[in-house]
Amino acid sequence: MTTRTRLLITALVAVLLGAVAVTYTALSKPEPDEVASTAVSGPRLMVLSNGRLSTVSRSDPDGPREVTSQHCDRVYTAGGTTSCLRPVGAFKAGELAVLDPHLREVRTVPLTGFPNRTRVSASGRMVAWTLFVDGHSYAANGFSTSTGILDAKTGALVTSLEEFTSTVDDVATTAVDRNFWGVTFTADDNRFYATMSTGGHRYLMEGDFAARTLRSIADNVECPSLSPDGRSIAYKAAINGDPQQGWRLSTLDIATLAVTPLAETRSVDDQPAWVDARTIAYGIQRSDGVNDVWAVPADGSGTPALLVPEANSPAPVE
Amino acid sequence: MYLSTITRPKTAGWKGIGANVFALGAVSLVTDVSSEMVTAVLPLYLVVGLQLSPAAYGVIDGVYTGATTLLRLVGGYLADRTDRRKRVAGLGYALSAVAKVGLLLAGGSTAALGAVITLDRAGKGLRTAPRDALITLSTPAGDLGRAFGVHRAMDGMGAFAGPLVALAVLALAGGSFDSVFMTSFCIAALGVVILVLFVRDHRSPVPSEPVRAKAIGGLWRDRGVRRVVLTASLLGLATIGDGFVYLLLQKREGLSIGWFPLLAVGTSLVYLLLAAPLGALADRVGRLPVMLGGYVALGAVYLLLFGPLGGWALVVVVVALYGVFYAATDGVLMALAGPLLPERMRTTGIALIQSGQALAYLGSSVLFGLAWQFWGPEAATRLAAAGVALTLAATAALLGRRS
Repeated sequence: MTTRTRLLITALVAVLLGAVAVTYTALSKPEPDEVASTAVSGPRLMVLSNGRLSTVSRSDPDGPREVTSQHCDRVYTAGGTTSCLRPVGAFKAGELAVLDPHLREVRTVPLTGFPNRTRVSASGRMVAWTLFVDGHSYAANGFSTSTGILDAKTGALVTSLEEFTSTVDDVATTAVDRNFWGVTFTADDNRFYATMSTGGHRYLMEGDFAARTLRSIADNVECPSLSPDGRSIAYKAAINGDPQQGWRLSTLDIATLAVTPLAETRSVDDQPAWVDARTIAYGIQRSDGVNDVWAVPADGSGTPALLVPEANSPAPVE
Repeated sequence: MYLSTITRPKTAGWKGIGANVFALGAVSLVTDVSSEMVTAVLPLYLVVGLQLSPAAYGVIDGVYTGATTLLRLVGGYLADRTDRRKRVAGLGYALSAVAKVGLLLAGGSTAALGAVITLDRAGKGLRTAPRDALITLSTPAGDLGRAFGVHRAMDGMGAFAGPLVALAVLALAGGSFDSVFMTSFCIAALGVVILVLFVRDHRSPVPSEPVRAKAIGGLWRDRGVRRVVLTASLLGLATIGDGFVYLLLQKREGLSIGWFPLLAVGTSLVYLLLAAPLGALADRVGRLPVMLGGYVALGAVYLLLFGPLGGWALVVVVVALYGVFYAATDGVLMALAGPLLPERMRTTGIALIQSGQALAYLGSSVLFGLAWQFWGPEAATRLAAAGVALTLAATAALLGRRS
């Protein structure tokens, strides 16, 4: 073969392959930003439906959805305040968007990391979020998180709970491997619960926003979620204390520290949400990557049931 | 033998670089566009697109790095044994191309993704040593620095363009990761075609006894070879990994995650601009001094991560010095090693050197991760800088001494 022939073949192949790539790219343009949406009234649940903020009826969660144009990776709503963790784009950092009851943007907080959890206090005043910071944990198997809290009323912003004074069993800790995640607020809009991991333990911490302190209450409690009556905490507990084995959903009585395992036996990697005083909802990822929202009774009885198919981030709307 | 005769052989200048080096450079350029496209978007795809947890990503990434090491040796030995370096390299390039289609088919299954990424890395493991061996066999010893410089510069152009192409495709396809993988496959396929049509295999002139596995032991018994393997392992130990360097920069300056690919692009740019000039410099003043200079740049990078500079000046200086480090060590080490290895065992020898480097790197990145976790990032980088200083001294002692 002469060099000329070889160059010709190369050029032909290049054109052919280029055509394949361009055609494929052109065909995979996303469908227009319109999806079927039906107005929903009465008691509702907020969920993310394919990354879009949506609401479904409490009485017919499998039925019609009201889909908005808001894109979020995580969402929660309470007291008229909705917190939406906006997705990270190729050149765009993520952000927290605080939305009013009409889903208008009230305030944004720029964030660096991959959205993981978010919560709003019952009154709608306090907003918390957790991000994964080291999505790029090369070879080393650890990961790190960053958890912040915004007081939407005063505008006070704590970008990292690491700024607070933490004590484990009344001993102050400044370990550099501390990571916080999964905040849940009490009714007084000051105290809150969260998980702090350090030295292989994942502690349930009780925090005081004004005093800027955190103290440990129990071990192996992750992603706490306070019940509407403020008496118990739903959470995920690492099986045998080892997150590699997965997590089991349980509730913890705050006064007695008694633990009640829930009827869900699959591993749940989510911060559970109380959709009412007796029901706990959570996301479970299918093998194809799609999430469904499931629900299980809070008293350990019954069986898990599919609540909202193809959705995640459930929250009750008052 | 005097090592000084190896570090300062006769040179024919830029004319000594044959068409085969340029052909291999073109294949690497095209293939690197393809693979860096995927590397740039993979973390985003896994964590955001598929919502994998960072822990799961860490496992996949570990597989990614670990899979290559053993296959390098297998590929190297196979190429020497069959005397068909082009074919083994071609198989490696083809495997990586097929893996890009695999990404499309794997969907959200972690197991399938792990398998596909392993296939991709396996391809890389297979092809690297035969490719570098072909470069040494197609170039006079005195011009190896330049030859590797030219090859690595072309390779660097691909690495430079890859993330940009990926971002362009993402923008055009409205954020469709599948389009990135498909485009990446098409580009990889073109690389295989260029290899098949333009790269000439180098067959050993005298048909002799087939290369036996025993010969690997003989290779290891050679003092010169042992020293270069040790030098390569030291180089691996001194490197904590791009991920950590960029992550520390990002943390210190609060850069958004989207800048991650651009830090790599900046490093590639410096690398591709300096690879050929530093290779030529190595041919002229000796390969060892240039390598040692690279270590000085690396040490400076580690110290600067918690140093006096800040803001954009810090980002620019760190990325520039990091590019200098790569340009002064990567190709130069191969140029230094090539002539020490008997021709029949050249690919195996190069694979041995690269495996030593890769294993040491894996160890050092794990150690650095642990040091970061227990002592904090500042102490960990200081420790890494001290490691570089030790490496510099040890390398000078190993290669500067006459045997």
